[in-house]
Amino acid sequence: MTTKMFGAPVQRNEDPRLLTGKGRFVDDFESGAYGAAFLRSDFGHARILSIDTSEALALDGVYGVYTHADLEGLLSEPLPLLIPSPNLFAPRTQYALAKEEVCYVGEVVAMVVARDRYVAEDAVGLIFVDYEPLPVASDLEGASLPDAPVVHSDMPDNVSGRATEEKGDVDSAMASAAHVFEWRFEIERAAAMPMETRGVVANYDHRTGSLLLHDSTQAPTGVRGGLAQLFGLDPDSVHVVAPDVGGGFGMKVIQFYPEEVMVAWASRKLGHPVKWIEDRREDFVGSNHERGQVHHIKVAADTDGRILAMDVKFINDAGAYCSYGLIIPIVTAAQIQGPYKIENFRYEYRNIFTNKVPTSPYRGAGRPQAVYVMERVMDKVAGELGIDRAEIRRRNFIGPDEFPYEVGVAWQDGGNVVYDSGEYEKGLDVLLEALDYEAFLTEQKEAREHGRLLGLGFGCYVEGTGIGPYEGAVIKILNDGTVNVAIAVGTQGQGHETVFAQIVADELGVAVDAVKLVSGDTRRLGYGVGTFASRSAVVAGNAVHKAAQTVKLKAAEVASRSLEVAVEDLVFADGRVHVDGAPDVGIPLGQLAIISNPLRYAFGKESEEAVLLAQRAYAGSDRPLPEGTSPGLEATEFFSPTAGVFAFGTHAAIVEIDHDTCNMKILRYVVHHDCGKVINPMIVDGQVQGGVAQGIGGAFFEKFEYDDEGQLTNASFMDFLIPYATEIPALELHHTETPSPLNPLGIKGVGEAGTIPGAAVIANAVSDALGQPIDTMPLSPLKLFELMHPGHQEA
Amino acid sequence: MTEKRKISLTVNGESREVDVEPRWLLSDVLRHELGLTGTHVGCEHGVCGCCTVLIDGAPARSCLALAVTIDGSEITTVEGIAEEDGRLHPLQESFQKHHGLQCGFCTPGFLMTAMPFWADAEDMTDDELRKEISGQLCRCTGYSGILASIRGAAAIARERQGER
Repeated sequence: MTTKMFGAPVQRNEDPRLLTGKGRFVDDFESGAYGAAFLRSDFGHARILSIDTSEALALDGVYGVYTHADLEGLLSEPLPLLIPSPNLFAPRTQYALAKEEVCYVGEVVAMVVARDRYVAEDAVGLIFVDYEPLPVASDLEGASLPDAPVVHSDMPDNVSGRATEEKGDVDSAMASAAHVFEWRFEIERAAAMPMETRGVVANYDHRTGSLLLHDSTQAPTGVRGGLAQLFGLDPDSVHVVAPDVGGGFGMKVIQFYPEEVMVAWASRKLGHPVKWIEDRREDFVGSNHERGQVHHIKVAADTDGRILAMDVKFINDAGAYCSYGLIIPIVTAAQIQGPYKIENFRYEYRNIFTNKVPTSPYRGAGRPQAVYVMERVMDKVAGELGIDRAEIRRRNFIGPDEFPYEVGVAWQDGGNVVYDSGEYEKGLDVLLEALDYEAFLTEQKEAREHGRLLGLGFGCYVEGTGIGPYEGAVIKILNDGTVNVAIAVGTQGQGHETVFAQIVADELGVAVDAVKLVSGDTRRLGYGVGTFASRSAVVAGNAVHKAAQTVKLKAAEVASRSLEVAVEDLVFADGRVHVDGAPDVGIPLGQLAIISNPLRYAFGKESEEAVLLAQRAYAGSDRPLPEGTSPGLEATEFFSPTAGVFAFGTHAAIVEIDHDTCNMKILRYVVHHDCGKVINPMIVDGQVQGGVAQGIGGAFFEKFEYDDEGQLTNASFMDFLIPYATEIPALELHHTETPSPLNPLGIKGVGEAGTIPGAAVIANAVSDALGQPIDTMPLSPLKLFELMHPGHQEA
Repeated sequence: MTEKRKISLTVNGESREVDVEPRWLLSDVLRHELGLTGTHVGCEHGVCGCCTVLIDGAPARSCLALAVTIDGSEITTVEGIAEEDGRLHPLQESFQKHHGLQCGFCTPGFLMTAMPFWADAEDMTDDELRKEISGQLCRCTGYSGILASIRGAAAIARERQGER
């Protein structure tokens, strides 16, 4: 019997390649390509009066300088709105090159293509733009006010969308409740900051009329479809490859960034490969951000701390454009109730334009804000009523027998939010035991007597994962027994080449490293959606599972004919198919692949044997390929989930604040996590650990310093602090497995889980340590200094 | 500024001559002139450490060095550290064993940074080891796997000694 690979901490198939410098990232392709560079707006808001490109064009080695005036047809229109919605009544998307108005610092104004990137960047410095500065709406709350400067000159205000929903009767519940509280919460912007910036390499072949695009994207199929339409090309002549992607975290799923279409366009125009690799400053001002929200909460509770009603009003920072529609506020609104049972609930959000970098989902996608607000509410209600903070959560959890649980609000896929399964109280108990919570409370009491600022914070969350519409998989068994798998979703470090191989290995009885997976190449599978929203393992994983079952059946039928035994009597193990109870009577999978394709051209002794076996297998048939069969051992299957599936967990941090430096030290960070059935625990742990690091980074280190003119004043790694190994503690991870009933593998997504409760956990822990409310995020030593020294005014 | 000069480098033990413009970064020359794309460029201002290579045996940011200024130097990149028989270097194998990488973009920088000290890493305190790699950014792993990988490399090297 072969060992089961699903659930085992299998080492990764992709690692030897990545460890020896043989990974292939976007900048590793087309070394002879021309270099592209972009001129970006220096103004938060301005009218373009004129652009002089003559000096740039005159520079030796410059092959083209383009502005909006050079664009025609669809390309001269605003880029597409990806997710329209009736609630998005004033959408705005940007032009591939700015037309008359720039609305944020970093907006693309002109493009240069030159001999190499050095020359292209020289030429960018020789383009002169005459701007007329316009009033800037930089601050989110300020931009939401009626008399704010407008972000877009053609709009009366900055509200692009609005939505509201109510379940139960919030006002009646508030009127009769024992306690009603009102609070304001603010959370600022954050961003993905993958180590590999964005990049695109296009090669348009005029002889064949085909376009090959290598793009550091999370959604190559969408890019392909869009470019084919934009350029009027046959989609079968447009190939988009997402090669190794050096981190994306949601930021690289957005299509279309202006550079993505412009590089493809320039390659077609110049008849030569063109490459653009974003530099780090461009990544700060030209790649999307997320997170900025301000919430006004009204909450009603009974004397036992049960939440009776909640009224949520919030504004979401859209930035200057909204190609991704209302997804972020939709997710915040849909997930803010978290693991809690709240009978009466109402939300209203407004999506507000600001003259800053556009926003779209970044790991967590609206949930970090939601969890931060909800978990602060839990702590504050507990504090007001004198209830233990773990106990108040326990009293409000949805019970384990209440699933499927109707949350009572709309979900991002248009349906209603329905939690499929969960064990929230059990998860909290796992965490409390790991923490030794009671012992901590004693320790904290003693520490306080000695003046130490020790605090603990909880963050409970539910994470919607695995949304549709679908993903697919193509599986093919090769003549040497290798199993090729192709999926449409790209990879950005999640170990797709391993976890999907584990699923296949179990079905076909082959070694994990005998499975070769290619992801994100539209030449291999053209139908698919993308890697985002913690959906790849759930949706593509189940598609891989289906395709493996289908190809297994095909192989069994061929083996059945060759060995003259019934399909039910066959066993798949060790790369062979053999007769149950007679391991010596069998055929290697590779040989079955040869038999299934009755040709006579293969090399090697095994092929000779296979031809003889094939003659036997087809002896009883009236033709070489029996009716109803197809040559080869190959299958394509798709999986479309009926609904999203909901992972959950609770994090806790114990922190100590230094009286003198006002720095925060994380003494322990403990995680309970449940993503259903785990395919590879090593990879799941890695996803959670990396996510937590991003959560901590966003809560205490990373802060965008925008000034009133919409200038990002810390757009470099020197000034914007991403945590190093010296800032991130070792984690203590604890898992439970509550399978999803909604897919055959019982899995839920894990990609975003680590990041989601980060702001909540740190805010609650620091609040506990200082005995002060922490209702604006992120924090920093300076912010803590101000909180700890309220009389001290900065000069 | 664009007139090229010939420089000689020893790259991964091999003598290479290359014509470079004086302003070209070493990272660009390695990647685009010599085809050694294993060295990655993450920030181009010396903070992230992805582009770290060994120059005359010491880790250095290849995005902060002009190639023309290191004429005659010996460079080691991630392509040059595996064993002569093609087996992974103990440090590389340890990164696979301890899940020290996810997307793999920052990984060559961590490997090259740890090359001078990996053999002593198991005796370092947690704080010491964290400080040793505190010039390298990783956005995927949260560093736990990287720390375990560097710490675990010596044991792999010892196992290999035992095999001989």
